Amino acid sequence: MAEISISINGKTISKTAPDHTLLVDFIREYAGLTGTHVGCDTSQCGACVVHLDGVSVKSCTMLAAQAQGCEVTTIEGIGSEGSLHPMQVAFHENHGLQCGFCTPGMIMSAIELVAQNKNASEAEIREGLEGNICRCTGYQNIVKSIQQAASNMKR
Amino acid sequence: MYETRYISVSSPDEAVAALKSSDDGKFLAGGMTLLPTMKQRLAAPDCVVDLAKCGLSGIKDLGQAVRIGAMTTHAEVANSEIIQAQLPAVASLAENIGDRQVRNRGTIGGSVANNDPSACYPAAVLALGGTIHTTKRDIAAEDFFVGLFETALEEDELITAISLPKSEKAAYAKAPSPASRYAMTGVFVAKFGDGIRLAVTGAGEDGVYRHKACEDALNASFNADALNDITISADGLMSDIHASAEFRAKLVLAMAKQAVAHC
Repeated sequence: MAEISISINGKTISKTAPDHTLLVDFIREYAGLTGTHVGCDTSQCGACVVHLDGVSVKSCTMLAAQAQGCEVTTIEGIGSEGSLHPMQVAFHENHGLQCGFCTPGMIMSAIELVAQNKNASEAEIREGLEGNICRCTGYQNIVKSIQQAASNMKR
Repeated sequence: MYETRYISVSSPDEAVAALKSSDDGKFLAGGMTLLPTMKQRLAAPDCVVDLAKCGLSGIKDLGQAVRIGAMTTHAEVANSEIIQAQLPAVASLAENIGDRQVRNRGTIGGSVANNDPSACYPAAVLALGGTIHTTKRDIAAEDFFVGLFETALEEDELITAISLPKSEKAAYAKAPSPASRYAMTGVFVAKFGDGIRLAVTGAGEDGVYRHKACEDALNASFNADALNDITISADGLMSDIHASAEFRAKLVLAMAKQAVAHC
């Protein structure tokens, strides 16, 4: 048990939590940000993907303690209610989600993917999403959403 | 996972000291194996010693070899200009481990210390004849990979870096499990001036091994066809939900040929 201090979406959250608290649980239970989801809890599905110092990580496979002093960005931290992130707009316009459970992780992964490769081909997008599983959509519209966002974000 | 204590340290010596003063602590590198294992309650160390701030990241070109810090992530290795230029087969290997999020955290030191029989890195380290630098000594690859999930490391010994020699040619071919992308079989072949080294991972019950028959055939003639007449026995190969030992025997040959063809 110790005080864990993490900057999440630009705001420092300091809570006393057991040492073995997972980052995803710190984000959901201690910081109250429930947009990040626990899907498989075995590092496969990517519903828990957040950004840690700018790179995507599976927050179910990290201890909150490891993220101390780091910048965590969750789905709540991108865009805002009145002004969605281009990636969110693209998912909205291209029916890139059905139940929405995988979507925060998909969007966080996709943002990093596009940032690292502005001209990602379809194959590269699909490869880049290997860490994210969707049970509903068949991925078609997720890929389309990312392609649209990538093209919009280039401008 | 069961309760544990989290300790953050700033040097390899501090890490070793912290581990020694615990009952059954574990070093925490990327956590991509240790944390899932702890979540499944297959491991319950009384403390985890986080190596993130020990300054063990970094890639250095040493001329004859490249030295990779133990905490260097797979993403860093894959994207490194030095590795892409000097050890392109290793860059390609690192780029195909797991998925992007796993590559952003998983480390070469963690992978090598764990010696998972299905991990990719042991094949590269053994085939290239690498050296594992620890807090106590330098260990040659030949002596390092001892058995299933077992290495020559002592309880309180920490890998600080791994040096990989540059070869004339090298390539890695992997048949990944479609679900986990672990190697159902992976073959790393390296051509040095004094001969061929070919290491197989994902297949053997005891972990990574060098395949002498393939090496002999390739020493005589370095092309994929030289392997045509080799029969790989299923003895000593793993059978699991992904592939039978017999299928793995076929994969060993197929991946060996693919690796040679890509050199």
